[in-house]
Amino acid sequence: MSGTRDVVLVDAGGSNIASVQAAFERIGVVAEMTADAGRIARASHVVLPGVGAAGPGMQRLHELGLTEVIGSLRQPVLGVCLGMQLLFVQSEEAESRCLGIIPGTVRRFSEAVSGRVPHMGWNQLQIERPSVLLDGIESGAYAYFVHSYAAPTGDHALASCCYGSSFAAVVARNNFHGAQFHPERSSAVGSRLLKNFLGLTG
Amino acid sequence: MLSRRIIPCLDVRDGKVVKGVRFRDHVVMGGIEELAQRYRDEGADELVFYDISASPEGRVADPQWVRRVARVLDIPFCVAGGIRSVDDARRILYSGADKISVNSPALERPQLIDELAAAFGVQCVVVGVDSQRVDGEWRVHQYTGDPDRARGLARTTLEWVSEAVQRGAGEIVLNCMSFDGVRSGYDIDQLRAVRARCSVPLIASGGAGCIEHFAEVFARADVDGALAASVFHGGAIAIPALKQFLIEQGVAIRP
Repeated sequence: MSGTRDVVLVDAGGSNIASVQAAFERIGVVAEMTADAGRIARASHVVLPGVGAAGPGMQRLHELGLTEVIGSLRQPVLGVCLGMQLLFVQSEEAESRCLGIIPGTVRRFSEAVSGRVPHMGWNQLQIERPSVLLDGIESGAYAYFVHSYAAPTGDHALASCCYGSSFAAVVARNNFHGAQFHPERSSAVGSRLLKNFLGLTG
Repeated sequence: MLSRRIIPCLDVRDGKVVKGVRFRDHVVMGGIEELAQRYRDEGADELVFYDISASPEGRVADPQWVRRVARVLDIPFCVAGGIRSVDDARRILYSGADKISVNSPALERPQLIDELAAAFGVQCVVVGVDSQRVDGEWRVHQYTGDPDRARGLARTTLEWVSEAVQRGAGEIVLNCMSFDGVRSGYDIDQLRAVRARCSVPLIASGGAGCIEHFAEVFARADVDGALAASVFHGGAIAIPALKQFLIEQGVAIRP
């Protein structure tokens, strides 16, 4: 992929997909929306956006016949918000299993521990280990979160965030990456993460 | 730490941002995208766009300008105005808005909140509540965007907020009507009472006049965000100075 990037957004019904596409446009990249398995497999970078609930989100990927192709991708993949949560093994929000790429279970915030749910607004990142994806983004940087379920911290966490308890804010396992926050709505921090993602090679 | 949010509210009419004495004598302030970007550059945490003519004209806010805003803006924004159904909301959300806000239609048919939450998730669903004290009780008001139809309801504000949250509101914007436009500070008593009943984020609206009012509403009513319009649009308060002041006061704020 010498210098040419071919970014696709997996169109699985998430309502934020147009916003993610616009965020790439703002950094000069045309990202095509597609639900075609062949098209996704050929792309240089694959983004799995998503807003909504894990159950219907997984169901939609099954209906489109995309779960296998996503799991088999070798190029850089970025899950955003729900798209990140679907990379995990399972979610309390869904009866069926998720994509199973990253170990762990996504759980609902407890009101007793976290207070108000959903966790909505700008919160600070804590960098857990150095990575290309978070190059230029430091601990204390603010990103925009909106979610009621959260993924556990662990070896896969590049950055965490604290809302009553600590959870995974940015994750990576092999070529699969994810951001719980919304890069498309996180101002300079968000566009930096997207640029860094485009710099990854498979 | 989760930051408290500073939220300018922009009234939109015929594709332009307008300001006026509550729904009358509107003056065009400028294009939607340029003002949205200006507030973003000044450090607004989020924007609310209120299509003030949509509801009185029986239509939904125009997805065309929503799409244009979504293209240029890299902070979250919410759209209000004339959203009466899941289909209306879908048009706005798929045009790129992060949240939609419903008010009078939810009072007409509270089931609308359940439907929106089921379709899009609670995080997209904001319920706006217009409220003021009537006969010693805070009561909900309906159709406040239309001077000829505005009316108070028997429903108390505390009951309505509890019901809205239970049905699936992910955020409540409480517009304290008798404080709106007066610039004497937010309605701390009412906001505190609603805060005690509200398990989701609560945004204060109505009454901001100076930077101290923001510090007061965060400290005393524990709201998650403070919304204001005229003090920002008229230049009485500049967002960078406001945020600097709040940080000095120890409020959790994104610089």
